[in-house]
Amino acid sequence: MTSAVGVRPKKSAGSLPPGSGLGGKHDRPRDRALRGALHTFLGLTCLVWIAPLLWAVYASLRSYDDTAQHGYFSLPSKLTFANFAKAWTSADLPHYYLNTLLITIPALLITLLFSSLVAFCVSRFNFKFNLALLMLFTAGNLLPQQVIIVPIYRLFLLTPVPSWLSDSGYLLDSQFGLVLVHVAFQTGFCTFVLSNYMKTIPHELTEAARVDGASVFRQYWQVILPLCRPALAALGTLEFAWIYNDFMWAIVLIQTGDKMPITSALASLSGQFFTDYNLVAAGSLLTALPSLIVFFVLQRQFIGGLTLGSTKG
Amino acid sequence: MTILDIDQPVAPPPRRKGRRGRATALAGTDRLTLGLMLGIPTLLVLALIWGPALASVALSFTEWDGVGGLSDIRWVGLQNYADIFTTYPRFWPAVQHNLIWLAFLIVLPTAFGLFLAVLLDRKLRFGRLYQSVLYMPVVLSLALTGFIWQLMYNPDQGLINSLIGHAHTDQINWLGNPDLNLYAVLVAAGWKHTGYVMLLYLAGLKAVDPSLKEAAQLDGANGWQTFWQVTFPVLRPINVIVLVITVIEGLRAFDIVYALNRGRNGLELVSVLITDNIIGESSRIGWGSALAVILLVISLGFIVTYLVQVFRKEERS
Repeated sequence: MTSAVGVRPKKSAGSLPPGSGLGGKHDRPRDRALRGALHTFLGLTCLVWIAPLLWAVYASLRSYDDTAQHGYFSLPSKLTFANFAKAWTSADLPHYYLNTLLITIPALLITLLFSSLVAFCVSRFNFKFNLALLMLFTAGNLLPQQVIIVPIYRLFLLTPVPSWLSDSGYLLDSQFGLVLVHVAFQTGFCTFVLSNYMKTIPHELTEAARVDGASVFRQYWQVILPLCRPALAALGTLEFAWIYNDFMWAIVLIQTGDKMPITSALASLSGQFFTDYNLVAAGSLLTALPSLIVFFVLQRQFIGGLTLGSTKG
Repeated sequence: MTILDIDQPVAPPPRRKGRRGRATALAGTDRLTLGLMLGIPTLLVLALIWGPALASVALSFTEWDGVGGLSDIRWVGLQNYADIFTTYPRFWPAVQHNLIWLAFLIVLPTAFGLFLAVLLDRKLRFGRLYQSVLYMPVVLSLALTGFIWQLMYNPDQGLINSLIGHAHTDQINWLGNPDLNLYAVLVAAGWKHTGYVMLLYLAGLKAVDPSLKEAAQLDGANGWQTFWQVTFPVLRPINVIVLVITVIEGLRAFDIVYALNRGRNGLELVSVLITDNIIGESSRIGWGSALAVILLVISLGFIVTYLVQVFRKEERS
């Protein structure tokens, strides 16, 4: 479990006798042939895997006239970034990025706060209902969203909120409502992961703090939380990607196109503004960009987060 | 596993008594803090997840168009279910598509993900590069996956038809043909899912004690035997988790078909039918809820399996 937090344990160097694996330096010819086959296979698979993205990049870099004349499956007469500029301005993408930011960041922070609070209580105190509570949270995260979507929609339609939170006057069609749903849904998974992580922190630490007169909240805020930084980083990365990638909640709960986050807005934009395939490709890639940046910059945390919940066994 | 190793010596029976004593000795403010720390998140989850889930069950036995107030709700018993099973023309095709979706995801991306994980679980030049490329699609949203693959599948401009020479004559309409599009979409969904499965298995394989494999090799087992008889059984917890995640993904599937064509013309899924009751033209609350309950019942079995798997050790301790 701990080992999965952003670190993957390296196999100890001497675990395999030389020549038995494909990585040994003094391989026999047969091993060398096998290794060649392995690299060929993996290389080809990777090529197939990355082809859709490369194809999108290629289409996005070509002008409409060029592809209209020669087709997409042709050598380009020239490559241009014009499609990106056009997608960016004509569909007003910055506006949708901002919407996404206004939804994702609060949802992410509140999710991490709530889940760390619950995880702290469950892992530091022996309440009778701990296990039941953890199960309640974890199972909630696994429910298909469609199971609760009808009542949520009705509930949001009936719940008035002050106008500074939502100009529709209700939770429905407000970004605040979307944040609430994301928090409720994602808290379950994060609580599960964080409580497992916190259980590995020795009880003596909080006990010492308690003896020194620290309140429960200080034990949480100043003792436990700083120690959970790696887990929080991994979860934060993963949750960012998940909330950013949400499509369905926004489609259902946001009715004004202007308030949509970018992932959901893309569907309607592609008919209205992204009229040709080059533009669709550019728009898609621009939407993918934040995810891809997260992927390249925070790869370690992302993998850590994905495998956090699973490698406990 | 590490958790328990550390946890057990800390909590033998006599100490537990002591801890309970401490719990009652909490100061008043601390109790209030704890109550708030636990209470607010729990209330939110109850109000927005479990409350609505129960409401779905209750509403599924009623008829309500959602226009009038709550007083317009009419109790109809099992009528919604009966209608869905017998007369609703879109239901059985949707179920069939969901089943194909599940079967496909369980068989192909899962097996291929495991296979790739086994290949990559060794010291290998470019190993990290291969891994990165293979799981890159995992960070993309399913809706975006749909858009990106749309470019691949386009009948006259897509890469696939161009490569197989069907771009100009005898075009194959991958996403427009209702007999074909489900599989085309599944390839795209599998493109994303394989990387995820591979990651989970890679993490699992790294945790397998290498001495097990060495022992098997010393006993004369070849690579194939070692994997199936030693490594794979040790991976059982990962297998269960991969299975459950795959099933849940399969039941949730919505984004990609909705982004492509709103889940019509061969791409109907149960999740799409439910959503149509809210954002579609008809607003039949009871009807949509009954569909949701059917989905709930199917998923509960898998959720319980998952919980048993991950909480088993804690129950024992």
